[in-house]
Amino acid sequence: MTVPLVDIRDLSVEFNTRRGTVSAVKRVSLQIAKGETVGIVGESGSGKSVTSYALMRILDRAGRIAGGSVVFGGVDVANADKRTLSELRGREMSMIFQNPRAALNPIRRVGQQIEDVLLEHGMAKHGNARDKAIKMLAAVRIADPEKRYSAYPFELSGGMCQRIVIAIALACRPQLLIADEPTTGLDVTTQKTVMELIVELARERDMATLFITHDLGLAATWCDRILVMENGEVVEAKPTRELFAAPSHPYTRRLLQATPHRDSRVCDLLPVDDPRRAVPSTAAPGKPLLEVKAVTKRFGGASSRPAVDALSFQIGEGESLGLVGESGCGKSTTSAMIMRLLDPDSGQILFRSDDIGTVTARRFASHPARRSLQMVFQDPTDSLNPRWSARRSIADPLYRLAASSRRAAERQVNELAERVGLSNHLLERFPHQLSGGQKARVGIARAVALSPSLLILDEPTAALDVSVQAVVLNLLVSLREQLGMSYLFISHDLNVVRLVCDRVMVMRAGQIVEQGPTASLLTHPSHDYTRTLLDAIPHPPASSRQPREAAT
Amino acid sequence: MRATTATQVPNTAAKTTAFGRFVRHLGYVMTENPVTALAFGLFLIFVIAAIFGPWLSPHDPLATLSARALQPPSWDHWFGTDQLGRDVFSRVIVATRLDLMIAVTAVAMAFVVGSALGAIAGYFGGWWDRITGRLVDTIMAFPLFVLAMGIVAAAGNTIDNIVYATAIINLPFYARMARAEVNIRRNSGFVQAARLSGNGDWRILAFQLFPNVLPPMMVQISLNLGWAILNAAGLSFIGLGVRPPTPEWGIMVAEGANFIVSGEWWLALFPGLALMLAVFTFNLLGDGLRDLVDPLRRT
Repeated sequence: MTVPLVDIRDLSVEFNTRRGTVSAVKRVSLQIAKGETVGIVGESGSGKSVTSYALMRILDRAGRIAGGSVVFGGVDVANADKRTLSELRGREMSMIFQNPRAALNPIRRVGQQIEDVLLEHGMAKHGNARDKAIKMLAAVRIADPEKRYSAYPFELSGGMCQRIVIAIALACRPQLLIADEPTTGLDVTTQKTVMELIVELARERDMATLFITHDLGLAATWCDRILVMENGEVVEAKPTRELFAAPSHPYTRRLLQATPHRDSRVCDLLPVDDPRRAVPSTAAPGKPLLEVKAVTKRFGGASSRPAVDALSFQIGEGESLGLVGESGCGKSTTSAMIMRLLDPDSGQILFRSDDIGTVTARRFASHPARRSLQMVFQDPTDSLNPRWSARRSIADPLYRLAASSRRAAERQVNELAERVGLSNHLLERFPHQLSGGQKARVGIARAVALSPSLLILDEPTAALDVSVQAVVLNLLVSLREQLGMSYLFISHDLNVVRLVCDRVMVMRAGQIVEQGPTASLLTHPSHDYTRTLLDAIPHPPASSRQPREAAT
Repeated sequence: MRATTATQVPNTAAKTTAFGRFVRHLGYVMTENPVTALAFGLFLIFVIAAIFGPWLSPHDPLATLSARALQPPSWDHWFGTDQLGRDVFSRVIVATRLDLMIAVTAVAMAFVVGSALGAIAGYFGGWWDRITGRLVDTIMAFPLFVLAMGIVAAAGNTIDNIVYATAIINLPFYARMARAEVNIRRNSGFVQAARLSGNGDWRILAFQLFPNVLPPMMVQISLNLGWAILNAAGLSFIGLGVRPPTPEWGIMVAEGANFIVSGEWWLALFPGLALMLAVFTFNLLGDGLRDLVDPLRRT
């Protein structure tokens, strides 16, 4: 047997924090052979990123390798000096990060940024650096590389930026590429092309890849071997097919179950004995609650391309409508206009046959329909005032729109907290003292405080771990049942939309390309674009479909 | 993906009162950073001197006695005596109240007016933004001390006018800062959420945005307090505002300066030191104050 390229044994990493030492990684062992693609899967705080940082020795100052050995290509990384490390980094092993835009220098041309790495590691001279950089751009499949060489990062899309980052990472032909959530935040179709590119380049160059993700489906699609991490420990490490065929650790099973599949129901995401499981509703939608008629919005002059282009649709009483599309398709603009946070240029927004589009967004705060239209925002952190406790955030709509007395509001907040599964002592905390899932629940409690008739959910689970997503989705389904609300569910994740929505609209460039009942639209899409979206979703292998039986 | 700490927060916070939490937080801020503790300690001394100065001073700061004029520091007169035989130590202590009062009032006025103008400009934009922006630019275009001199000279040589002049020259910092801080937050998620909860623009500005602008402003306030003391003393030094025989650090330095050449160094040195220490304290205080009002520092 050959010596593996990466050999991590019993690695422990500790962080010094205000509350003493926290061990983030506990006795993790990991080997990667040349040309192999290994995935580390885990939820936030599982230590998956920290493991890769330790491998490159880029832990921040509070962190240190407390035990174990890290060997890369025969070099003892854990004890290497600065010079050896800077030789290794970039040349022998490279890393690509989650946010490609943040990884690029905004005021330098992308071609020059590729040149920098080449020159730094002596892979090119000033004479031929430009040619080599352009060759790299071509290698990451950027069309017209000569021209793109002189582009600035802000002129390129997110997917393009990630390609540039990949080009920089691969410029020196490293033996190992560490990809830390390389496609999180990118559209599904972009995600697919970026992943294909990474895997293809790795194969071409016989390069090993360490792929870090929270998405089991993505790992299953692209990795040879998968390590599942929980609380800093590797709970399971197996070849991909085996892992999905026979997950042995309960955590792996729970994770598999919480990942939405092609044909799971929302209650399937949680264990059978979990009281939070929701019963999917079967009620037929009533008469139209909201009608949007030929609504148009432009940002910029009259000649600019409209962000939302003569959009028309309706939502029935008690109906749950999904709105799917990639970034920039106008779905957020649409929701802002319906929520009356933004004024449309033309068209009507009829709420219970009353045209609310004529009341300006600035005046709408005191409109009687205000309390019937509420929204759950995408980013639970950004949507809570950092200086307000959870209780105050939830109570705000009660004071403003229901004129509740102090005592009544207090009681209602307690009820709401119980309804969304937020324990009472968490209510006095500030947002930074709450976890992502808890913040999401505060946001939901605030939105349903006034029992609105229409609730817009703007990617409510995009920032959450899958196990938390499972709980939140079930909560949303049962709340809708209890309170008889209509949902407009905005998401880029068709698997999630499938679980929650009765009907789906697919949006592209400000227009609806296709709409219909969820089941039929997602199984027999008639439009090419819908098909492309569906094809791009990574799915865990089909064999993992019955983890429930295995768990019981 | 840092190691999670959010889950380890103890649950005791809910049980204590708001005041109890504040005291505990104050304790934490002080113990975490010894410099902050030092700054708070010095600040406390200045506050005590300002409030109880007349009772604490061993001699009457205005009592003149030519028999003991220009004596060097001794056990009886710690900081020596001046040309009229007044006790310098007593004068330095009694002057604290006046100097602090000028600085605090001026900075408070600058803060209230400046941050209100700036926050409104940052939130609404448009013509209001343009007008306040140009106004602030105009003030900043002058050398600020000269502007203050001009204002006091034109409006009349009184303590009130020193306060107004100091407030005016400090105002632009608050206006600019409030404008920038409000501007970056005005479309954030929690502001949108507040609109959905039925809050009007003014309410959002006052209760949602403004509290979030406070922490960086605190640093500015503290730095400005030091600067305002220096400014008030500077104006007195050149003969504007406070007049003799009122004890005030700037005047004392100005009067003492004439005697340095003849070897009576203590006249200018001790009020100068008091001035320096006050400015130093306020400069150090900034970070501590920010940590105190910023809930993100709270655990």
